[in-house]
Amino acid sequence: MTAGDTLDTDTAVVPTAPVRQPTLGPMGWVRFIWRRLTSMSTALLLLLLLAVAAVPGSVFPQRRVNAGKVDIFLSEHTTSGPLLDRLGFFDVYSSPWFAAIYLLLLVSLIGCVIPRARQHWKAFRARPPLTPRRLDRMPVYMLRPAPDGADAQTLLTTARAALRHRRYRVAADPGAVAAERGYIGEFGNLGFHVALLGILAAVAIGAMFSWAGQVIVVEGQSFADTLPLYDEFRAGTRVNNQDLPPFSFTLDKLSVLFDDQSTGSQFGAPRRFDAYVTVRSSPGATPVKRLVRPNQPLEVDGAGAFLVGNGYAPVITVKDGLGNVVFTGPVAFRPEDGRYTSLGVIKVPDAAPRQLAFSGYLLPTAVMTNQGPVSVFPDDRTPRLVLRAYAGKPGQDGLGMNSGVPQSVYFLDTSKLTQLRKGQDPFILLAPGGSYTLPDGLGTITFDSVKRFAAFDIHNDPSKGWALASALTALGGLMLSLFVRRRRVWIRVRTDGSGRTVVEAAGLARGEDAGLAGEVEHLLGQVVGEHVANGAASAEPVSVKE
Amino acid sequence: MGVDQTWAHLSNLLIYSAMAVYAIALVAFVVDLSRRGRLGRDGAEASAPPASVPALVGGGSSGSDESGSAPSGSDSTAGSIGDDEAAAAAHRYEAAAHRYRAAGIGMALTWLAFALHVCGIVARGLSVHRPPWGNMYEFAVAGSAVVIAVFLGVGFKRDVRFLGAFVVGPVLLTLGAAVTVWYTEAAQLVPALHSYWLLIHVSVAFIASALFTFSFSTAVLQVVQGQREAAVAAGGEPRGRFMDLLPTSADLERLTYRVIVMAFPLWTFTLVAGAIWAEHAWGRYWGWDPKEVWTFVIWVVYAAYLHARVTRGWDGRRAAFLVFAGFACLLFNFIGVNLLFSGLHTYAS
Repeated sequence: MTAGDTLDTDTAVVPTAPVRQPTLGPMGWVRFIWRRLTSMSTALLLLLLLAVAAVPGSVFPQRRVNAGKVDIFLSEHTTSGPLLDRLGFFDVYSSPWFAAIYLLLLVSLIGCVIPRARQHWKAFRARPPLTPRRLDRMPVYMLRPAPDGADAQTLLTTARAALRHRRYRVAADPGAVAAERGYIGEFGNLGFHVALLGILAAVAIGAMFSWAGQVIVVEGQSFADTLPLYDEFRAGTRVNNQDLPPFSFTLDKLSVLFDDQSTGSQFGAPRRFDAYVTVRSSPGATPVKRLVRPNQPLEVDGAGAFLVGNGYAPVITVKDGLGNVVFTGPVAFRPEDGRYTSLGVIKVPDAAPRQLAFSGYLLPTAVMTNQGPVSVFPDDRTPRLVLRAYAGKPGQDGLGMNSGVPQSVYFLDTSKLTQLRKGQDPFILLAPGGSYTLPDGLGTITFDSVKRFAAFDIHNDPSKGWALASALTALGGLMLSLFVRRRRVWIRVRTDGSGRTVVEAAGLARGEDAGLAGEVEHLLGQVVGEHVANGAASAEPVSVKE
Repeated sequence: MGVDQTWAHLSNLLIYSAMAVYAIALVAFVVDLSRRGRLGRDGAEASAPPASVPALVGGGSSGSDESGSAPSGSDSTAGSIGDDEAAAAAHRYEAAAHRYRAAGIGMALTWLAFALHVCGIVARGLSVHRPPWGNMYEFAVAGSAVVIAVFLGVGFKRDVRFLGAFVVGPVLLTLGAAVTVWYTEAAQLVPALHSYWLLIHVSVAFIASALFTFSFSTAVLQVVQGQREAAVAAGGEPRGRFMDLLPTSADLERLTYRVIVMAFPLWTFTLVAGAIWAEHAWGRYWGWDPKEVWTFVIWVVYAAYLHARVTRGWDGRRAAFLVFAGFACLLFNFIGVNLLFSGLHTYAS
């Protein structure tokens, strides 16, 4: 973004008489639009737009982050919801308008980085600019008499050495030296902007080649990295199933600790989630024991498994009306609050003569209140299952499991089911080991035990290293561009009106530079042989202009 | 559960003590400001020919111009200037001595309060055996200490005592909100925060935020001073006499810029370090979590500020509004995002 921007005409003088505008041809228009787009004020506008456009993504639920919340929002806002949806407010960061802003910014950035890079390369290759005729017009200007008997050549040699010592690039002019330093600052600035492009490129490549999935694993169960075993999977456009590394792991134990010492909001806060796993990098490989916890992922074959959630999976056995065991195993219940009141559904489509289903809560530390049983602590001190039982019509697929339509494992559509109840009991209350016989001889349900489950996010983003390298380059470039001062200094030896030999020095800086005057003074002092500390003892005559 | 209640109790005691001392320091700074106003007025009256005043009373150029007698009418000859200079210099000395008394007390008290404040944070850390910034209460207490540290640190290089009230006041408010609204009992961290990145990412975020806060204060003063200067230029009488002895709006603008130039790379580091931690904790370096969104928004706003400053048509005053916008986003990121939105960064309550 060009510092010496000449296109902002906002403050231009408004002519009183009508002026005939030069007409623009098609190329002229293209050039005009291009200049406008790559001007600093446009870049500024786009930056502000980007900031504003990013905000809705934090206000409205986002599909990429939590699709469930979007559905809830849509069901609660039936009029505004669909409109917002059409405008892309639930996918802000992949919406056309957000893309338009950052793509324009990208073009604007490229359009200003390229000419600037060319310009800077030229300046870098060229010698420092010629010494101006009138040095006293520079922002910093100082003049001192030369020591007695010093000849011009010696003074200029000293000046050159002093400038070189301060890492200036020096060039000789007749009777003067011209010097410049701080080229690296502009390189840093350009590097910063190019690195931003690098980050964007890494993100774009990541969108093609990365994949991520989530899986829930109950203690004692295993997970093999294949597509069908994921509960949720999202892959880049260029990812195919063979790309998944063939690792597998078994969750041996999930050790959890909750705070039961504190009071107030810290009571029941989690303190430790440790997942002990046994990993095989390929089906035939030697198993390795590993510990996975938050901030300590499991890394296999370039992919990472991150422990992102946990909960309870009651082990349940269901016998149907014919006395057959039609369901047995752990069912993951989803924790709904900080006390792990967990919601779950058990679907038993194979039960005969009628299909069976159960929905309700697992309360890890259940306490009876007037409102019914509630959980008061997240650890499983006194776990209880609170369930409603449902049955389908005899011989019908009331659960709709064979219809081919995918169903949520946490949601039970009871429209084609009837609730089973004995007398006034609204729900079934089960403790571990407890059993309940359903009415009408439809079967029994047994709560065998409680296990824990762990939710793992498994990610693979091959471009993340590039993103990191770009980000660090951007940071480094930014620091160079903000902290390195670009300075030009000229030192001339001449004879003044009264025949004295004098040394004059002038300095020019790009942008803010409070230290320039001190630097010029220091250099001048070195030339005329005064060994003064930087900035101390100002010599006569000195003029410093702002 | 690994919490030493004695230290926790001591920490609370120290924080309350620090607040009391800050309150007294605030009074001293306010007294100093009101005195600056009186001195600004007296200074203008005492040194009768106004033409000589601008160069003498630091930053008081505005005060002299509208001090009565027509500036152009006083033909100050060389001799009278000499006398006036002597008188004004004597007055300036006196004024300085007065000024430094209240401001000096304010500074000394701020140092004392800061020491108590830091001890309070250390005690909290000792009680829980971890970096003491794991919840909103601790963020506020530790973050406000960094704001004071920045103020005291800048004070070594230049005289910024005039900012005392504008720094200590907000810090006191923050601490008040922390101990009343956001107070959280000393406890261990949730597992998500068990990482050395907590130390790196969050502490750098503190320093950057403190610098942004500081630059906000100077930008406010800059805009107010700019309006007073404009009023003077238009021949009017500006309000807020205490501002007379404060730096000019151009000086304040430069100070604002310099502080932001320091803060911006630190904020960039916060963003990058946060992304690295996110990659380590959640498997992706960027996921548009509300906290991430707002950290990004803040970064973009201050980036816009840095660009605005070199854009034609954007003078210091318009750029200052971007500083306000940036600070508003910063506040919202700390308070609003923690309380309104649920996201992966929700550790507060």
